[in-house]
Amino acid sequence: MATEHQSTAVVALEHPDPVIQPGHDNRTVTEQVADIVLVRKPPKQWFVLFGIAFCVMQLMIVSLGSLVIKGIGLWGINQPVGWGFDIINFVWWIGIGHAGTLISAILLLMRQEWRMSIARFAEAMTIFAVMCAGLYPVFHTGRPWLAYWLLPYPNTMAIWPQPRSPLVWDVFAVSTYATVSILFWYVGLIPDLATMRDRARNMVVKKLYAFLSLGWRGSARHWHRYETASLLLAGLSTPLVVSVHSVVSFDFAAGIIPGWHTTVFPPYFVAGAVFAGFAMVLTLAIPVRKWYGLEDFITVRHLENMGKVMLTTGLIVAYGYTMEAFFSWYSGNEYEGFVLHNRLTGPYAPIFYALILCNILAPQVLWKKEWRRSPAVLFIVSQFVSVGMWLERFVIIPMSLHRDFMPSSWGMYYPTVFDWGAFIGTLGFFTFMMFLFIRVLPMMAIFEIRTLIKNPARASMGGH
Amino acid sequence: MSATVVEASVSTPIERANLFGIMAEFDNQEDLLTACRNARDAGYREMDAYTPVPIHGLTEALGWEDNSVQKVVLCGGLIGCLTGFSLMYYITMIAYPMNVGGKPHFSWPAYVPPTFETTVLFAALSAVFGMILLNGFPQPYHPVWNNPRFVLASTDRFFLCIEAADPLFDREATRRFLEAQPAREVVEVEK
Repeated sequence: MATEHQSTAVVALEHPDPVIQPGHDNRTVTEQVADIVLVRKPPKQWFVLFGIAFCVMQLMIVSLGSLVIKGIGLWGINQPVGWGFDIINFVWWIGIGHAGTLISAILLLMRQEWRMSIARFAEAMTIFAVMCAGLYPVFHTGRPWLAYWLLPYPNTMAIWPQPRSPLVWDVFAVSTYATVSILFWYVGLIPDLATMRDRARNMVVKKLYAFLSLGWRGSARHWHRYETASLLLAGLSTPLVVSVHSVVSFDFAAGIIPGWHTTVFPPYFVAGAVFAGFAMVLTLAIPVRKWYGLEDFITVRHLENMGKVMLTTGLIVAYGYTMEAFFSWYSGNEYEGFVLHNRLTGPYAPIFYALILCNILAPQVLWKKEWRRSPAVLFIVSQFVSVGMWLERFVIIPMSLHRDFMPSSWGMYYPTVFDWGAFIGTLGFFTFMMFLFIRVLPMMAIFEIRTLIKNPARASMGGH
Repeated sequence: MSATVVEASVSTPIERANLFGIMAEFDNQEDLLTACRNARDAGYREMDAYTPVPIHGLTEALGWEDNSVQKVVLCGGLIGCLTGFSLMYYITMIAYPMNVGGKPHFSWPAYVPPTFETTVLFAALSAVFGMILLNGFPQPYHPVWNNPRFVLASTDRFFLCIEAADPLFDREATRRFLEAQPAREVVEVEK
């Protein structure tokens, strides 16, 4: 125990900013986080955004509903661009989800204490983002009620999915990712659900939390198995998250379309996913921390660290773009060369330049410490990155498909109002789910934050 | 514990039957850890500590060890790995053999990503359900909640309960032992 306290103190001394503001103990932490749900009235921003998100979500229901009735001819996809908004949005959403797993699993294995106050929030974001992502391939089939055909099972058609195809790997990867993310999130919630159960005054609410907390009582034996299971889940999720976006990138890299057929895709897709994911965590965390007065737990140090991750992954993504350009020249392949030429001068060139602005130029402001520590600057940069990562998928998917080998088969892709409706609608759905989550569950892992203040005297000493 | 103490107060079987144990409440984890170590040194085994945070070294202090979750996860992972690989083998070799680009039917490198995913899926499910079932969840009732102050175990208080099932348990002696610890309060807990 002594060494552990020493190491905590050393970490706290090395960083001028504490992970949690001094002066908190187990009780104040519990009260502050649990009362957001149980006692405090939500801030007016919550009502406004929840209402807007609810309305915007209807767009998704109408767009996807019409699609089911009329068929996917309502979307702008056709020959030669068979993958449009559906796959762009699928890849974009699943990428956003990766930040949650990175924060909760990889940073847990690396014992990064600052992750604790944003982990729950980011994991919830992962689940809702994966839900949005999953909608697109399912509706892209045109017959979502037959989506189970994607799974291998004995059937009267005597037909099986082809396991040599990355698209089948995708089914395994994404369904495993969704399942494991939900499990990880729920396991992390159990001790906090018990806290909510013990603090709730309303009997119905209390019963609900009691049911969900499974009878957790903080027994030493339970904690021991619990910690083991959490650590193993983190260890399993770490390669899983890398595999998911690698498999997503194989959907393209295994194809022969110029602009897709590149070995750099898996690492650069994973970095891009983390890049977009951290941008989304910042987009949500910066306003929520202000509205709910959580500056003590999500400190400037958290924001700065997320900014650093964004800057780093942004540079990896920039390296990916550079390598793509280099490959197209170095390969000597005229079709690959044309991809670059088409990106720079083709009909969609403005999208490519916007991508460079959003993903490469905008994050460079984070080199400056004062800007990296400013919530306003981080928020604006995050918006650029979110848009930029969406544009990146546009550049990769329709821009590679629309002009491939033979000019006679070239064409243009224009999204329709139903494409936009489904996309904007899922943004509404995502926001709606996030705000619902904040309202009914503790948005921070209370028990993990308690471990940051093992000894109040030492914590405050280290904080100075 | 001296023999005289044990003789002085003998708990009747009826008292034992109604009593779950004796519970001490502590303000901080250092006091709890000290008390756990003392209880173990005194020979108590059937006891448990209840805390709002996971405390490293607490199960050691209580003299309890367990690595069953690891075993369950290992088994789950191996079963998942075998399931995934056999499924891919079955599809490509038995159920639906198809010549794709002249590649052999047994194209095992293509089986690796799905096999990896099923391994992770089965291992993660075993970790979660293994932990839940080994912990005896869901458990709607447990005697510890008969102490009205026990709700604080999920906020900022630390509890140690020596259970009546312990062979050394004695209503008076155990209470006196716990009162000698830096406890804030010692109470009996009914079944």
